[in-house]
Amino acid sequence: MKYIDEYRDKEKILLLASQIKKISTKKIRLMEVCGGHTMAIQRFGIPDLLPDTVELVSGPGCPVCVTSRSYIDKAIAFSKLTDVIITTYGDLIRVPGSSSSLDKEKAHGADIRIVYSVLDALNIADANPLKKVIFLGIGFETTAPGSAAGIMKAHLAQLFNFSVFSAHKVMPPPMAALIDEGVDIQGYIGPGHVSTITGSYIYDFIPKKYGLGVVISGFEPLDMMQSIYMLVNQFETNKPKVEIQYSRAVKTEGNIKAQEILNEVFEYRDDWWRGLGVLKMSGLGIKEKYSEFDAEKLYQVDVEPTKEDKGCICGIILKGVAKPSDCNLFGKACTPSEPVGACMVSNEGACAAYYKYKRE
Amino acid sequence: MRNNETILLGHGSGGRLTHDLIRDLFVKYFKNEILQTQGDSAILNFSNDKLAFTTDSFVVDPIFFPGGNIGNLAIAGTVNDLAVSGAEPKYLSAGFILEEGLSFEYLEKIVKTMAEEADKAGVQIVTGDTKVVERGKCDKIFINTSGIGTLFPNTEGIVMGDHIQIGDKIIINGYIGDHGMAVMSARNNLKINSNIISDCACLNKLIEKALQFGHDVKFMRDATRGGLGTVLAELCEHKSFGINLLEENIPVRENVRGMCELLGFDPLYVANEGKVVMVVAKAYADKILSSLRQHPLGKDASIIGEIVEQHPGRTWLLTSIGGKRIVDMPAGEQLPRIC
Repeated sequence: MKYIDEYRDKEKILLLASQIKKISTKKIRLMEVCGGHTMAIQRFGIPDLLPDTVELVSGPGCPVCVTSRSYIDKAIAFSKLTDVIITTYGDLIRVPGSSSSLDKEKAHGADIRIVYSVLDALNIADANPLKKVIFLGIGFETTAPGSAAGIMKAHLAQLFNFSVFSAHKVMPPPMAALIDEGVDIQGYIGPGHVSTITGSYIYDFIPKKYGLGVVISGFEPLDMMQSIYMLVNQFETNKPKVEIQYSRAVKTEGNIKAQEILNEVFEYRDDWWRGLGVLKMSGLGIKEKYSEFDAEKLYQVDVEPTKEDKGCICGIILKGVAKPSDCNLFGKACTPSEPVGACMVSNEGACAAYYKYKRE
Repeated sequence: MRNNETILLGHGSGGRLTHDLIRDLFVKYFKNEILQTQGDSAILNFSNDKLAFTTDSFVVDPIFFPGGNIGNLAIAGTVNDLAVSGAEPKYLSAGFILEEGLSFEYLEKIVKTMAEEADKAGVQIVTGDTKVVERGKCDKIFINTSGIGTLFPNTEGIVMGDHIQIGDKIIINGYIGDHGMAVMSARNNLKINSNIISDCACLNKLIEKALQFGHDVKFMRDATRGGLGTVLAELCEHKSFGINLLEENIPVRENVRGMCELLGFDPLYVANEGKVVMVVAKAYADKILSSLRQHPLGKDASIIGEIVEQHPGRTWLLTSIGGKRIVDMPAGEQLPRIC
């Protein structure tokens, strides 16, 4: 397939593998921040191609995984309001809340619909003027501009039965928090899609302040191998910096238009991350100007007290401190069909990736 | 009957409307001597053959999709279940649950397709049933078909794969994932123009070609819901052998791969309606492959893997870039991802 096969060329990949082996003398742990990378690494069996000196660990870049259970609980509470249609990306539908999940509520009769973009949600709002359509806005800088554009469109069209329940988050704060907490890593495989929007300059503080390299990577195996090579090379030559491997999509300054849309609608706020707790200015709330489209301001609901599952170690897996197979629940009490933690549900979750592709 | 353009509750009443519907639609298209007697049961003639008997229900949204409709599925699904069991499909039943308000034009088109598909496969629809439910109680049309076939000689053990040995080869008769992605792309809420066409087809004539090799075909399964990956994961579960699959040998069309990439799906788990997975003796694998390739439904057949001693109970995929990963049964439906 054009633009895909080129990046799955076995010979080139094996050549890179041998070059990595050649230059890697010291132990190095690299964190792939993005859940899409976690999945690609396992799907293509990349760890098999790396020398013993190079270890990959998964990070906090799976939006569903880091989102609090109270968010799911509140979304479920919204779904029980009369005349409400919940619209959501497929990823969230099976994530367990404290006592239920969106797919269980759907089976009980709540009107919950999977959409592929915020535009689908707008169309549903337009077609159902007597219903209140709530879009579950989840994801990092990748999907946040989409939610923002949705709100701006609704504002323009006076579509007041549309609103967004934002759980949007931004990537740099957890990347800093992980290093501050002393997590043992020597470089970041930077998120590809997020950086398409934000540009690469937002990571400049990582080499400057912490002396760690960041290479923004594409999602194909050749991309990932090249990024690993670049990081190992930085580490071995002691020259940490921000580099863009995914140059066919990412520019230093990013997508200015998308950033403007995001800043028009959202403002930074403190937010809770699974494994990391509350991080300053790490979440995106809807500005006062657009409060008519903010589900949290529009609808008051009683939410059950949040219960996190005991024994689930999603939190430290998201920090790269433990691997999914270190969890006592993994593959036993917690499987994709009966997930305990969010990391087992999401397509991008580390536990789901391990379960699907790597279980021994 | 033609005074009505849509199905009414009365069409399921058992009275005049029902009678007309059966005579003017079902019997007209499915015509054969056994059905025409319109008794409470079809009377079938069998000698002392061993019989295979199967049933399947069909629900699909949308009911018309590129490459077919629910009618093709209802025939091919049951014919293929018989064929992969080593049987020659002979007779089918067809049960319809219709939603009040279904357009007659659609129903006729579906019934006509069923008749054509049955004809191609050489089977007869000899008995049937119709119910009509209130609007909203079913989604347009649900079809159940059951089928009977006579077993070919030398096919015992084929259903469970009892005679599988280390070294046996795994064959698939062509491109995977076409049906699932054709249906996905036809859904209203997904505005993708993919040109993907369902592979829906009766495989019994193709399978007969392989069965000339008798005992050397050791296992067959049609890779429908759950896809190729599920069939193989299931096959070796709790067994004393493992399976190695070669990703680069598995045929996947460009547009199917593209759409899977877009939605975050794995083609290994996408539904097919015209694909059979076979485990065959190593010594005859090439011969069976070339005989399959002589049939239009097998022209893209490929040897995609083998039965191995290592990792018993598990299927491994040797990835196209030289890595490896597990192929397991998926937990549920594949869901599109965020980014």
